[in-house]
Amino acid sequence: MEVTQTHTFGDMGVMLGRSMRHIFRSLDTIITVTIMPIAFMLLFVYVFGGAIQTGMDNYVNYLLPGILLIAIASGSAYTSYRLFLDKQRGIFERFHSMPIARSAPLWGHVLTSMVSNGISVAVIILVAVLIGFRSSAGVLEWLAVVGILALFTLALTWIAVIAGLSANSVDGAGAYSYLLIFLPFISSAFVPTASMPPVVRAFAENQPVTAIVEAIRALLSGQPVGNDLWAALAWCGGITLVAYLFAMRVYKKRV
Amino acid sequence: MQNQAIQVTGLQKSYKELHVLKGVDFEVERGCIFALLGSNGAGKTTIIKILTTLLKQDSGTAVVGGFDVTAQPDSVRQSISLTGQFAAVDEILTGRENLIMIARLRHLKNPRQIADDLLNRFGLTEAADRRVSTYSGGMRRKLDIAMSLVGKTQLIFLDEPTTGLDPEARIEVWKMVKELANNGTTVFLTTQHLEEAEQLASRIAILHEGRIIVNGTLAELKKLFPPAKVEYVEKQPTLEDIFLAIVGKREVN
Repeated sequence: MEVTQTHTFGDMGVMLGRSMRHIFRSLDTIITVTIMPIAFMLLFVYVFGGAIQTGMDNYVNYLLPGILLIAIASGSAYTSYRLFLDKQRGIFERFHSMPIARSAPLWGHVLTSMVSNGISVAVIILVAVLIGFRSSAGVLEWLAVVGILALFTLALTWIAVIAGLSANSVDGAGAYSYLLIFLPFISSAFVPTASMPPVVRAFAENQPVTAIVEAIRALLSGQPVGNDLWAALAWCGGITLVAYLFAMRVYKKRV
Repeated sequence: MQNQAIQVTGLQKSYKELHVLKGVDFEVERGCIFALLGSNGAGKTTIIKILTTLLKQDSGTAVVGGFDVTAQPDSVRQSISLTGQFAAVDEILTGRENLIMIARLRHLKNPRQIADDLLNRFGLTEAADRRVSTYSGGMRRKLDIAMSLVGKTQLIFLDEPTTGLDPEARIEVWKMVKELANNGTTVFLTTQHLEEAEQLASRIAILHEGRIIVNGTLAELKKLFPPAKVEYVEKQPTLEDIFLAIVGKREVN
């Protein structure tokens, strides 16, 4: 390629700066991405939690991984929403008629999703600590948790990219996320799967959220992680790869 | 350096069944204002998209700024700016931030200075730090065109630059386009308004049913019609004349 390649990271940086401004200037994004999961967490801890038998003495400890996944799922929907608006309003055409790296506008959105979800995850963990979350995890375990969450965010973000690029309306762009937000409810995120009827239980135990939740929970509570870690990584890595390849195909075709 | 800013030969493009361009040929000289006329759906935007590397043609060649659009798209992008049909501005950013963003993406030095100069030139200094979502249609369009001037490319594409603007804003846009051409920039514009082409263009081409059916200067196009018959008609001011006369009074100083 010609000159443009050398500026790829600089161009991505400009794009990242742009969409981070978008995030900080639209209050509802921040509210949905952090306040809603926090409200869920309070609801489960102080209303439902007393009636749920998890086998752990601290329900916040049990609950937190699932809440984080819900936050990331709803946060990723904003990526598809912003991407859709860029495509519709013609600013993508402007970028693509300029001598910048072809994938910079897309990566700008993906990086923004990583950063903003990282911020909201940190805020939620902070609130969890305030209401009694405690962890015996060391630095390595925390790094593993951050790694899993980052990979999970990346996987959902690339799904969001597909949705945003293929959508025909603003409402359609984010619709997929309801399914993703719903998945943790049919998993071991809120209650152990043992009490579920066989069919539901079979689904719950074999879908990605359960493996991811179990892995994070084990890491945070100092339990042996076992196969859940590899299952979680395989799910996240696999979804990321497939979604990335598909998203790039849609991107090249649509833009 | 060659004299042609754009050379198009045998350009064809279909969308599924719809054969939009059926062999388009034309050339645009450096430094002129070239207007492409045509009704809605004639394929004007399709031509602009091909020339600005956003769309690939099915057959034919297009050379822009000396570079082939399919073989050297990056070099083409270095030499052009596009102002699309819908103001491609970022509404959540301020006017200043929009300009700085484009200057950074063009890897220019002093993006702030460039932004300040353009804001000043386009009379947007006062609104510079407001979000673009608060701008009027005319202001958005001005910012849009200002963004295309960042980096001083030799060739600027304007796709229906005055659609949806009120008469005052339209005249301002015309003034800006003329200034551009006076400074040696080649301007390629599309329009549905015949008057706009008449006002601005040094060369006019008409796109009809997938082909360029006429291409020439205004004087040449006028020769295609039978010689003018002299008639005496009482000149009635158009509503636009009246509007501009009343509203324009504020502007006189």
